[in-house]
Formats: sequence, C-alpha cells, structure tokens
Amino acid sequence: MNPEELVEGVLAGEHRALARAITVIENRADGYRELVSALHTHAGEADVIGVTGSPGAGKSTLVDKLAATYRERGLTVGVIAIDPSSPYSGGAVLGDRIRMGSNIGDMEVFFRSMSARGSLGGLSAATSDAVTALDAFGKDKVIIETVGAGQNEIDIVRTADSVAVLVPPGSGDDVQMLKAGILEIADLFVVNKADLDGADRTVQELRELVQYQQGGVPSDVGHHSATAETVKGLGSSDGDEAETDGWTSPIVETVANRGEGVEDVLAAVADHRTHLQESGEGDEQTRTRYAEEIRTLLREDLNDLLAAEVDRRGGLDSYVERVVAGETDPYSVADELLTPIADCIEGTDRGDAARREQGPTAED
Amino acid sequence: MSVEEQRTIRCLVAKVGLDGHDRGAHVITRAFRDAGFEVIYSGLHRSPEEIVQAAVQEDVNVLGISILSGAHDTLVPQIVEGLREYGAFEDTLLIVGGIIPDEDEERLKGKGVDEVFGPGASMGEMVEYVREHAPER
Repeated sequence: MNPEELVEGVLAGEHRALARAITVIENRADGYRELVSALHTHAGEADVIGVTGSPGAGKSTLVDKLAATYRERGLTVGVIAIDPSSPYSGGAVLGDRIRMGSNIGDMEVFFRSMSARGSLGGLSAATSDAVTALDAFGKDKVIIETVGAGQNEIDIVRTADSVAVLVPPGSGDDVQMLKAGILEIADLFVVNKADLDGADRTVQELRELVQYQQGGVPSDVGHHSATAETVKGLGSSDGDEAETDGWTSPIVETVANRGEGVEDVLAAVADHRTHLQESGEGDEQTRTRYAEEIRTLLREDLNDLLAAEVDRRGGLDSYVERVVAGETDPYSVADELLTPIADCIEGTDRGDAARREQGPTAED
Repeated sequence: MSVEEQRTIRCLVAKVGLDGHDRGAHVITRAFRDAGFEVIYSGLHRSPEEIVQAAVQEDVNVLGISILSGAHDTLVPQIVEGLREYGAFEDTLLIVGGIIPDEDEERLKGKGVDEVFGPGASMGEMVEYVREHAPER
C-alpha cells in the first residue's frame, strides 16, 4: 500500500490500513512523512492519556479496564503500549497484550505494542505520530502505556494530554523514586493494588510530596485516614491544599484487576481535561508539543544530513583514526564538519538577521 | 536513517484453544527475541478471533501458532479465515508448531500454513526460516 492508499484506508476505518500505517511510522519507512502529514489534518479530536509507572505496578491491567470502561460508554479506544527492547539483540518481548483480557474480540479497541528499539529521542516522535494515526482513524480516546524509567519514557508520556502515574503500595522507596522527574509529569496519581498492606501509607506519602511540590507545607503530616479523603477529594481540587497552577494532582486508589476505582480514575482524567480547557493550559500544552515535535524533526533531519556528509568524506572511522593517531581531536573534527553548514546558513540569512534569530536553528 | 536501520521482524507467538502447555511457546519467544525479532506473546487459551485481532492490529510479519492439543484441524483454518477477512492473510507468514501428525501437516499446508515445525526442530532452523521467508513490510 502506498501512502495515499494508507491514508484513504485509515480515514475509511480499515483496521488493516491503520495497522500498516503504524508500521510505516514505526519503521520510519519511505513515505512516512507524507503519511503523517496527510493524517495530521484529520487528527486533533482524541483525548490522549498517558499511563506510566514502575514495572509490575499494574499499568497494563489498569489500561485494560480503562479501555473496557470507555467502551461501555460507547467510546472507541486506541492503545499504544511500549516495552523496552534488548540493547544486545534489538529484540523484544512485548507482553502488555496479555493483560488485555477485558477487550477480547472487540476491534473497537485498537491495541498496538511498540518496542523502544533503543532509539534515542526517535521513539517519542514515532509514538506521537502513531497517536496521530489513531486519532485520524477516529478513536475517541488514546492511551499510551509505558514503563516510567528514564528520559525516553518521560518524553513519550509528555505527548499525552493527561498523565497518570501508577504507584504500587509498599516501601517508601517507590515514592522516593518518583522524585526523579516523574512526580512533575503526573496529572494524577493512581495507587494501584490498594487492597495490599501499605497502600494508606503510600497515599499519605504521595500527598505530602504533592504538597511539597506546590510549595506548601503539608497540612496533615502525621496520622490520619487517607482513604476516605482522597476519594472524596476527587471531585475538584481540595480546598485546603496549596494551588500554584490551579491543578492539584489527585490521588486515586484502585484495585485494577477487580476493576475497583477505575471510574474514579476516569473521573480524575475528565476533571483534568476540564481544567486544561478552562485554564487555557490545554492550548499552551498543544503549542509546546508542536514546538517540541518540530524541534525533534529538525534534529533528526539535520543528523541525517550530517551523517550523509560524513559518509561523503570517507566515513566517521577515518576521523576517529586521525584522533587516535593524535593528529586532531574530536572538537576540531566537529568544527571542521560543521563549518560549511554554518557558513551556508550565515550566507543565506545575512540579509535577514531578524528572522534568523526567531527561526528554529538547531540550538540543542 | 532508513538505510542503516535493519529490518525489524515482528512475530506473534500464539496459543489457541484448550491447551495449557506453553513451555515450547516460551522457548520460541525467547529464541525469537534473542534473534532480534519483536515478539508479542498472546498468553494462554486464546480464541481464534483473538489471535486474528492481535495479528491484524500488531501488523506482524509472522504468526506462529503453537498447538499441542490436537485441535489444529479445527483452530488453524479458523485463524486463516479470519486473517483473510481483514486482508492480512497474504502477507503474513503462518507457521505452526507442536504435535502435528505428518498427514495433518500436508492438509494444513494446503489450507494456507507455510511451514510446520515438530518437536525435533532446532531454534536456529526456525529463526533462519523466519528470516528468509518473513514478508516485507
């Protein structure tokens, strides 16, 4: 299928075309740019929800229940589940599908497993393009599921409108782990497996973290029953909590494998959506996302151009050999390779310096 | 970028029907992963429709069905039929592994199965076969 046929197929609601479109996107195969460009104009309707958390937190199970609940409400769902790949063989076992037991035989839930493929940065681009495909296909809700470890994953979930971070009950160490970047991206916390010992404590620790993050001092450090309050506090932001940007990440307790609390998660997501719309943060988010996407593309394209140029000059190895031989150093090599490009940009843009300043030069 | 990137082969390793023996499927899943394939494992006791749904949505190049229950004559044609329905049969390599009598093997191949691997098949042999025959994407 060529890109035009794929686009037609996706817009016509053909599952096979959608599946193949995502393959093309994932492989960065010929024609993927035309494909994504064409789909882009038909996208923008779906709500995108990111679900992340440590391995074994219950992400896949929760995603399964979320999808099933949306389906009960008559909405269609797309799921992208990302699993790590082996840095040695490049292979991967994509196991999230096993947990999708509640949506058996329901083609209105389009579930797609993706491997991280060890790519740096490229994965988040591929993911957001795949979301675009699901969106253009007409899915009402798109859920992105990924292990929350490392910059790559954080970049991915940042492509979502609302991000749920799953925290299993247990040692405070889990919550400590969250401090390293994940806390900031959470629009809501889900304490899954809430029937296990230690759930109350985890909820309590999360509350403290959320309050600290907002610059406040926890008003309720110490003992109290977190359970009743957190669920009650879901409806809107808690009055007693410090608010900096108007949104206090709620903490929801679930037992995903029994479906308990799933409605609460969806309610929290819906609240967040309302907040995004009313505060104008949603528009801001969209702009930031597009800017990020453009930056990523520029980086990738520039890299490709450079790689081709290096090849033309005899490949990177010849430069490496010269560095090893002590004839030059990595910085000089980089300068040497980049000089023609820098000259070129300055040459064409000299008469229009103002535009160049605003223009998206690859500063990072 | 596309030039230096190797082609990625995606496989679905599927267990269908009332057959709880998945040691073989696990071993194959690992061997495929170590060969650099992306492997999706279906889990146990799946229905033919589920397998079709997974194969179509995941757009796999290869569908490997593991059956040790003897029900292959019933289940495999249902999967083939389902794949055809979605236009996914033609460019999916279909392989079956497990306990398949010789006379059934021929019949399955006649119905659209590309290759059958019995208990004696080596991992290397299977990986090689898949590499050679997996359709392009």
